Amino acid sequence: MSITTVSERTAVPALPVSVRGVGRTFAGSNGQAARRVLRGIDLEIEPGEIIAMIGPSGCGKSTLLRQISGLDAPTEGSIAIADTAVTGIDLRCAVAFQEPRLLPWRSIERNVAVGLPRGTDSAAGAERVTELIDLVGLEGSKQLRPRQVSGGMAQRASLARALARGPGVLVLDEPFGALDALTRLRMQDLLLDIHAAEPATIVLVTHDVDEALYLADRIVLLGQVDGAEGSTIRRILTVPGTRPRDRGDATLAGLRADLLEGLGVHSYHASTPHASSPHSGSPHASSPHGGDAANGDPTSSGDSDSTSPRTRTVAAPDGAASTTKDPR
Amino acid sequence: MTVTERAHDGTDAAGGSTAPSASLNQYSSGYGYSTAGSALGQERRGDRPRGGRGRGVSAVLAGAILPIALLAAWWAISASGIVPAYRLPSPPDVWNTGVALAAEGRLGQDIAISTQRVLIGFVIGSVVGLVLGSLVGLSRWASRLAAPTIGGFRAVPSLAWVPLLVLYLGINEDSKITLIAIGALFPVYTTVAGALRHVDPHLVEVGRAYGMTRVELLTRVQLPAVIPTVVSGLRLALAQAWLFLVAAELIASSMGLGFLLVESQNNGRIDRIFVAIIVLAVLGKTTDALIGLLEKYLLKRWG
Repeated sequence: MSITTVSERTAVPALPVSVRGVGRTFAGSNGQAARRVLRGIDLEIEPGEIIAMIGPSGCGKSTLLRQISGLDAPTEGSIAIADTAVTGIDLRCAVAFQEPRLLPWRSIERNVAVGLPRGTDSAAGAERVTELIDLVGLEGSKQLRPRQVSGGMAQRASLARALARGPGVLVLDEPFGALDALTRLRMQDLLLDIHAAEPATIVLVTHDVDEALYLADRIVLLGQVDGAEGSTIRRILTVPGTRPRDRGDATLAGLRADLLEGLGVHSYHASTPHASSPHSGSPHASSPHGGDAANGDPTSSGDSDSTSPRTRTVAAPDGAASTTKDPR
Repeated sequence: MTVTERAHDGTDAAGGSTAPSASLNQYSSGYGYSTAGSALGQERRGDRPRGGRGRGVSAVLAGAILPIALLAAWWAISASGIVPAYRLPSPPDVWNTGVALAAEGRLGQDIAISTQRVLIGFVIGSVVGLVLGSLVGLSRWASRLAAPTIGGFRAVPSLAWVPLLVLYLGINEDSKITLIAIGALFPVYTTVAGALRHVDPHLVEVGRAYGMTRVELLTRVQLPAVIPTVVSGLRLALAQAWLFLVAAELIASSMGLGFLLVESQNNGRIDRIFVAIIVLAVLGKTTDALIGLLEKYLLKRWG
């Protein structure tokens, strides 16, 4: 089914993802016509980058995400992680879903261990699990069962499980969608901490424009173009500034209005923004936490109104990664 | 063996019907019954926690109210003479009969042989049910191929197998155990197949996404997920096994509680019928309670 060459060390460098001409048509069942969900998706994701995919419900965001992790296969085009095509479940990728999906009969600790690569020896595995549980702040709850902890804690465990195998690509399908607003904000910061500690390329789907603006290096807006069947990339926006970002930043407010308009929601924002253009070419840190080589990879930055990722200009290497610590 | 049995029967019958020995028995039986009552209480206590409500003495007492009331009512009715003793023996008479049967070794033997049949039949039926249920529940192909046929067999009233089993296997242990196994098979098959089909697809997807093989998926996700359902299937199967045991023994046997029932019916020994029924109730409840303990443990582990 999939490659079982899993003797990786815990820290695997972040891997790039190439999505080339990907389309997906679901075969019609019970006499229904075949339904085209995705078409012509081209996207190059840099190693260590955080990409947020956003779009109206049912536009195929999750399908694209499942294709990157190998849970689904494209009907057109191809996806490659680090130049190796994705065929079937890809163990270089780890997935977390909107629901924690923990095994209810296992403790939090043993659930995290599910994510360990095959053939991890038990001592190393236990050490890794402890490390991850500390990272997501579940030290006090590791013996509990999933139903005994809050939704936020369960989602932390789910993230830890995804990290357990040291994935090159972390794929998150609306990871905080089911959490309350406050927990969601905390989890976003946690994700940034995780990104600093465990470098991985992160591709996440979200419905929350603010979340996308807070977390992502680039935001991919999916949707239908010109009424053609199947969603494709409508815009790719590069989010300016370094993380951690000010949630109330004025530039971001402009982008937010822009994105909401793109999603068909009236934002009633004062100035119609094309405020994003001045940022093209300005280098920005891929991670605010810096320090790690994998985080210092060249990060894309580019004209945010581009509809094709190929037109993106690549910024200078992020040598000046800030040493700012997360203030929270 | 049969000769000595008959002899005992004779003396017992005489003892039960003549007034003096009956009144003499009254005393010992009075004591005997109070211990029997507490034994029943023990049984209840062991049984309660399975339901999850068994906290504290009050729950045990609440559970004991009905059996005690029932016993009191039975005693009162038989003592009042409204119903003649040949239709409703008094509790002390039944107790004495039970003690006498136990003393001559007959009761112990009947219990042993019946329990053995139930357990062997139950184990065979459950294992077959588990395997068939897993196949049909996990494989769409196996389901399409076998489910309609198994459903057809299930639709046959199980007692309809008796004549065939007796013809094929004869009147012996094999035919009885086979019948009991048939009885135990279907509850397990149905619950396991149904539960496996409905394992949360989200969890299965997680297993797949984390690179589990088919076998790992089965042992780490699918089977643990259905354990609670499987145990309730086993429980139903055990109840069915006792049901079919009595059926099998009523029809053709020379030992066992079912045989005690049919023999007592032929001899008009209503007190023995009561003994057999009470023993069946206690045995059924005890084995059910044991499965309840297993269920409790498994739910703690996997629930």
